Amino acid sequence: MRLEVEITGKTFRNTAGGTQDVLAPVKFALQSGEVGVLIGPSGCGKSTMLRIILGLDRDFEGRVSRPAEARIGMVFQEPRLLPWRSVEQNVRLAAPDVTDAKLAELFRILELEQHRSHFPGELSLGLARRVALARAFAVEPDILVLDEPLASLDDALAGRLRDEIAALVASRPVTTLLVTHSLDDAVRLGDRLFFLSPRPARILAEVPIGIPREARSDAAIAAIKGGLPRRAPGEQGGERAGRDVS
Amino acid sequence: MLRLLSFALFLAIWWIAALFVGGAKLPSPPAVLQVMIAEASSGALFLHLGATLARVILAFVLAMSLGSAIGYLMGRVKLADRLGDPWLILLLNLPALVVIVLAYIWAGLTEAAAIAAIAINKLPTAIVTLREGTRALDRSLDEMASVFAMPRWRAFRHVVLPQLAPYIAASARSGLSLVWKIVLVAELLGRPNGVGFEIGIAFQLFDTPRLLAYSLTFAAVVLVIEMALVQPFEARATRWRPRAA
Repeated sequence: MRLEVEITGKTFRNTAGGTQDVLAPVKFALQSGEVGVLIGPSGCGKSTMLRIILGLDRDFEGRVSRPAEARIGMVFQEPRLLPWRSVEQNVRLAAPDVTDAKLAELFRILELEQHRSHFPGELSLGLARRVALARAFAVEPDILVLDEPLASLDDALAGRLRDEIAALVASRPVTTLLVTHSLDDAVRLGDRLFFLSPRPARILAEVPIGIPREARSDAAIAAIKGGLPRRAPGEQGGERAGRDVS
Repeated sequence: MLRLLSFALFLAIWWIAALFVGGAKLPSPPAVLQVMIAEASSGALFLHLGATLARVILAFVLAMSLGSAIGYLMGRVKLADRLGDPWLILLLNLPALVVIVLAYIWAGLTEAAAIAAIAINKLPTAIVTLREGTRALDRSLDEMASVFAMPRWRAFRHVVLPQLAPYIAASARSGLSLVWKIVLVAELLGRPNGVGFEIGIAFQLFDTPRLLAYSLTFAAVVLVIEMALVQPFEARATRWRPRAA
């Protein structure tokens, strides 16, 4: 499913009565099966852009076109699980059509099998994020939006989850939009990278990655990273220590 | 165990006080128990208790369902809040007696008037509590439900209602105690049966044992309902919360 975004502007009214530009004109499109990555400094307006694309914020200029019947799977920055429903119920409520076999497979891949009947309050952040991923994939989305799904996780876990995301994305045709601070995640997962400026956000550079995801070796990834445009000041490319939870 | 102990202490204090004050003003527990048994065996106690209970249930259900719906609407829709707020303040501060007397004057000394008057007294507090609960709803979960295209009813049942449950429980708890108090006044003023009516008779005759027999049986019923219905509901509504150690 093709996702077309053409935002010509978005302003917030602040409490003092003035207006503040959050987004400059931004235009891009993603084809089915493609993973687009938005990379930009904290507070540049990425989350606002996502809210517009998801249809949560309709107060903007421009247009977002996605097929009306497109199913959306979303992983929010915070897991946003229902604390009063079990892990399994959380997934099933968002994806009522999911089969038992599909659910079992997702829980196996994400290592959530023993946590099916737990409540979200009993889970660590890493586990809760995995439940959020399971929920997003259980709906068999046409459009998948991931808002820093790996932020504030330790290296090993983030690496494993990243591989799982790659495997899940490869398993079905889905248009994916990933927001991240980590160049490493961007280069390993993305097909096209969009570098954003500080607020008001606009696209500074669009970098396509030619090598298919599964064929990217560590050396190739390092080479791609080396060839990327200079980042905005204050950004530390790809260092996990430099991850920023915004 | 501790509850039984505190109940025994209550009885002991009552008994000692009765010895000092004298049977006419404060009859001893056995004297009151005697009246209770007599009224129970004649069936009058159950008749009056039943009548009061039926009024409480009807008025309570009416006020809770209407109040919850209006409160939710006022919490969600700004216009409804603006329009309803002055009425709400008026209702909140209107003395129960005024509502009851006016209801009897306008609708006659009827059952409907009594139940409506009781319900109107409880209505504003239910609205206020549920409005507060609705305002405190987590917007981020609403967004989640909207992104995942949850149908309205499913989102209401699984996303909204569990967040409102503690407010509904609080409103039920405070509302029930309010209804218990007001129902007796309504009965005293214009009903030919019920605990309030009996207390009115006892007052006219200065029959303290009878007065205590009825009010204590009534209190016991309140206590049982509170423990058997309200508290389990509250516990169920909050069972997902991590318990305090």
